[in-house]
Amino acid sequence: MAEITTSVPRDNAGTDLRPNPVFLVARIIGKTLLPVLVTLFGLAALTFFIGRMLPIDPVVAILGDNATQEAYDNMARALGMDKPLWYQFGIYLKGILSLDFGQALTTGKPVIEDIARVFPATIELATLSIIIGTGLGIPAGVLAAMYRNSWIDHVIRFTGLIGYSAPNFWLGLMGLVIFYATLGWIGGPGRIDFIYEFDIKPITGFYLVDTAITGKWDVFRNAFGHIILPASILGFGALAYISRMTRSFMMEQLSQEYIITARVKGLSWARTVWVHAFRNVAVQVVTVVALSYAFLLEGAVLTETVFAWPGFGRYLTNALLVGDMNAVVGCSLLVGIIFVTLNLFCDVLYRVVDPRTR
Amino acid sequence: MTDKAMTSQNISLSSLGAWLRAPVPTSPFHARMQQLWLQWWRLRSNLSALFGLAVIVVILAAALLAPLLATHDIFEQDLAMRLLPPSAEHWLGTDELGRDVYSRLIYGARITLYIALLTTVIVAPIGLLVGTTAGYLGGWVDTVLMRIVDIFLAFPNLILALAFVAALGPGIENAIIAISLASWPPIARLARAETLTIRKSDYIAAVRLQGASKLRIIFGHVVPMCIPSVVVRVTLNMAAIILTAAGLGFLGLGAQPPSPEWGTMLSSGREFVMTSWWIAAIPGSAILLTSLAFNLFGDGLRDVLDPRHG
Repeated sequence: MAEITTSVPRDNAGTDLRPNPVFLVARIIGKTLLPVLVTLFGLAALTFFIGRMLPIDPVVAILGDNATQEAYDNMARALGMDKPLWYQFGIYLKGILSLDFGQALTTGKPVIEDIARVFPATIELATLSIIIGTGLGIPAGVLAAMYRNSWIDHVIRFTGLIGYSAPNFWLGLMGLVIFYATLGWIGGPGRIDFIYEFDIKPITGFYLVDTAITGKWDVFRNAFGHIILPASILGFGALAYISRMTRSFMMEQLSQEYIITARVKGLSWARTVWVHAFRNVAVQVVTVVALSYAFLLEGAVLTETVFAWPGFGRYLTNALLVGDMNAVVGCSLLVGIIFVTLNLFCDVLYRVVDPRTR
Repeated sequence: MTDKAMTSQNISLSSLGAWLRAPVPTSPFHARMQQLWLQWWRLRSNLSALFGLAVIVVILAAALLAPLLATHDIFEQDLAMRLLPPSAEHWLGTDELGRDVYSRLIYGARITLYIALLTTVIVAPIGLLVGTTAGYLGGWVDTVLMRIVDIFLAFPNLILALAFVAALGPGIENAIIAISLASWPPIARLARAETLTIRKSDYIAAVRLQGASKLRIIFGHVVPMCIPSVVVRVTLNMAAIILTAAGLGFLGLGAQPPSPEWGTMLSSGREFVMTSWWIAAIPGSAILLTSLAFNLFGDGLRDVLDPRHG
């Protein structure tokens, strides 16, 4: 193939046909970055608005009900509450830029420190979930498209629908009842059994990695027993989304004429599907996986509550229940930023890899 | 056929069928009815959609007839009868305060459907209005409105709803407001995409040449064309709304105890679930079944109303 294209030189076969990849990526980022910056500014404005809608007076929240009028006024001045709203928003923006979301009322520490402490637990859970969801979801989607309208397709689609429709906190509860309370196959709520709690040297913050590095396999097994159920349940939700999207991408490809050509050439059906068709949807599937990773953060809020998983979701829930607005706003903003970043990543990936979208 | 037989009072079923199957419609109303009839026939061949519809009808009936179907008072506590497994007296057992789970489940259907329907009634018109206006007017209106939509879409549904509920305070009305605020943007985006294809069509140009105002074109000629895809989206959305509402209830931020909302029931029965499985299994199954029904029915509706995106 390469010989044919190079043997027929054209006038414009110069640099503009194959632009410098670095320049290309830079231009794509520039084109997508401006809207993203506007969106991020909007995120800040929305979270600021949510924070100020709170019926609880932040000054009272810090000082308590019995504060004197003088102390109240001083605190209000210290918080910048006497300034006009746009000025307060400016202070808020400045805080965000320096990663300062204020103090969490519940722990008394800066919100960003709290988030940094609880985030590894969530990342570990979400990563294992996405491995489960992707590892099963992509083959399931491809198989469903391959054997369209057969019983395989029906089983996969129905499983996916259940994943869409089932409340994951309920699946978590039922999973605990069956596998922990009744069968005793797995560990209960929490990240690890209490007796192992101090056996772990925090290196990366991911228990599975830390124990594997230090070679403490008994602790690793215990941690794995704790993570497998919540990860499977979160992964099930991801599987539903990934398999459904993969199926519809594949069906579109399988109706193309090049599939017939490949079959006429004498390629097996499996090879046609997995090599020829799948390669064309790979980028789309990667974007779906990236997006479902972001959605796992949402699912984590409820799942972590059920499994007493000391991660981001449970921190957010606790903050919500006591009305700790600094923590709530900080967490929501962070999720929003992760969402926007992953979207941007998908967008750029798409345009870099797929020339048709340029 | 005589004129008398065609009057609406004594129109027989067979002549109604003939009227619906007539090869040429005689009036716009006739044509519309024939279209509906055709769509119903297509839906009838889709078994899973019919199953979804049947479940929705059953739940709707349960919600409407709750006072008749319930066997016990849903708030009356009887600590001597607590945590009883399903039996002839208590069909689905009793909860941690001795209340009848079956009766509470039936009344819970009311709350779930109330949240889902009210949210939809709020969200669909807002989404339609924003989407069609942005799509038809274009220019800076489009840019501004779609930027706002992007900002809302940058949060996962539940996180945004949680943040709003935290600010507004827990409770069922606030949950509805929060879920609505979080779920209008996808509809707006869908309506805009539809509008972008519609605005280029000849009939819109014809209407414009006749001197119709922008407002008239949007409401009279663009919005009706967007409705089918919005209906499909809204039906599928109901499943997500039900899950979000249950999640809020479960976290203690939605309906408050002793309300028989399904998520709230799950949350209050949580501590006893290891010994009394039915407390959590039953409301959870109800959530799953309702959400599944809306998903199935929505998928079926899409095949009928919106074949392009099947």
